Amino acid sequence: MSTVLTSEDLVQAPGGFALTLRYLRRNRSLAVGLLIVLLLMAFTVIGMLTIDVSHAYPLAVKPKQPPGARYLLGTDFFGRDLLSEMVVGMWQTALIGVLAGGLGTLIGVFLGFVSAYFGGAVDTIIKGTCQILTPIPVFLIQVVIAGSLDKRDVTIYTMAFIVLALGWMWPTLVIRSQVLTMKERQFVSVAKLSGRNDLGIIFAEIMPNLLPFIAASFVSQVFSAVFASFYLAVVGLGPLREPLLGNIIWSAQGQGAFFNGWWWWPIWPAIGMVLILGSLALINMGLDELANPRVRRTE
Amino acid sequence: MGGFTPTDLEKIVASYSAKFGLNKPLWQQYLDYIGSVARLDLGVSMNKFPKTVWQLLLESLPWTIGLLFVATVFSFILGNLLGALAAWPRSPRWVKGLATPFVLLMGVPPVLMAVFLMFFVAFRLKLLPMGNAYSIGVIPNWSSIGFIFDVLKHQILPALSLILGTVGSWVLSMRGMGVTIQGEDYVLFAEHKGLGGTAIFRDYYLRNALLPQVTGLALAVGTMVTSGIVIEQFFGLPGIGSMLYDAIKVNDFLVIYGIVLFIVIAIAVLMIVVEMLYPLLDPRVRAQK
Repeated sequence: MSTVLTSEDLVQAPGGFALTLRYLRRNRSLAVGLLIVLLLMAFTVIGMLTIDVSHAYPLAVKPKQPPGARYLLGTDFFGRDLLSEMVVGMWQTALIGVLAGGLGTLIGVFLGFVSAYFGGAVDTIIKGTCQILTPIPVFLIQVVIAGSLDKRDVTIYTMAFIVLALGWMWPTLVIRSQVLTMKERQFVSVAKLSGRNDLGIIFAEIMPNLLPFIAASFVSQVFSAVFASFYLAVVGLGPLREPLLGNIIWSAQGQGAFFNGWWWWPIWPAIGMVLILGSLALINMGLDELANPRVRRTE
Repeated sequence: MGGFTPTDLEKIVASYSAKFGLNKPLWQQYLDYIGSVARLDLGVSMNKFPKTVWQLLLESLPWTIGLLFVATVFSFILGNLLGALAAWPRSPRWVKGLATPFVLLMGVPPVLMAVFLMFFVAFRLKLLPMGNAYSIGVIPNWSSIGFIFDVLKHQILPALSLILGTVGSWVLSMRGMGVTIQGEDYVLFAEHKGLGGTAIFRDYYLRNALLPQVTGLALAVGTMVTSGIVIEQFFGLPGIGSMLYDAIKVNDFLVIYGIVLFIVIAIAVLMIVVEMLYPLLDPRVRAQK
């Protein structure tokens, strides 16, 4: 639990790479999380380069084959190769996660800064909206949005957008509270007195100090975007043509995969999803420690 | 008679459109809907036509409430007990170790837990049924013990998938709370009075650490409901989640909106109730008034 380095040391000290490695040895959860993510990325990238992507779509291969030499992870009822499905599914999951997570963080940073830095009525409106929306199970509203769309129109990007539409409140609140504490620090007053304008203070003074928080909130945004899109897909609201991991589980359950003994069909995507979510959670925990070493993770 | 000719079909469509108000302009349909919701009328299901949304809700609510209530209570009690024991300095080593697996399981969402449980327990070991609310071919009869037992057996896996993944967060927050409370003066005072370990644990330590957890309970209900909806659909249980799923499949708008509205309001009400229960549990809050 002891972290000697702070984020500033990490940026300023010479030989940043060696220091980063040394830090990673101390921050186990960050190291393990990053390792799993790297492995998953390698699996996806190598897979996308070597595997016939068309095998991830129906009627490509012989259906209902158990895992074996020819089909490493088996094939499903619709004649899709599960290995190809996993590769494409991972790729699409990453796409949704990064897209919705990245944009969500951007919106959060923007709204958080506006809300905290300028205060007043704007702050009340932004904070109020966030606080009202946070306890409501957002998933239900996403279900309504996704359910009202024509199912043929739902693509990977629509999914990302649905997830994004209700996924910016948490980063907004986090960044807002950080800016609020940052705003009162002396270096901001000094910058103000020396005649910097608001934008200068925001981008040159406050933003660099918040980078670890923004990084942490990006990772947690990716986590919740992946989570939300997975849940939507598992109840059959995803892009039905695509082999998104949640979709695979949904179609397997719909065809009674366990009843019929095709156990390999739902198991691989479930393992993949556990790895994705688990590694993101580990990174998140590690980054939290990096961003504020004094906070012991007790939640 | 019937819908055998195109003109008859058109007549049927027209009469249904008029019945549901689908021939009116969109804004008026919207206002009509808002108006009827304000009068607590959630409308009629288009798929299961004569039934109203309320009837459908009342049919499926007992299943959902039963599952979620049991799962929430179990995970709350188990998590808080394990968390408190993990932070308690006098508890033996193996008890402290009990909490760790649950913290690790926190990363696994209930649906994935369901996939794995179904695979290992139902598919491989064949210990429990794979889904459905009761055995296929059984006629529901709530007065027979056998049927109730059958239903309970089918509820174990769904409940377990909900419980296993949620215990960890209670453990973590309770452990954090427990560590701070150990340093409090009243715990020290109780020790110096010569009270036994069990009495201090139960009356001084657990009671005070539990208070903030009750607020957490209100927030946890929201996540529990979300997971419960997916789990029900996954196991084919006849609760609100499955009803929502059926409605989504056939675009039964009024049912979808009705369910979502109901759940959101129910959660809001639950949170207010928990907030109002707080003074009952905490004498300090009562004293301040």
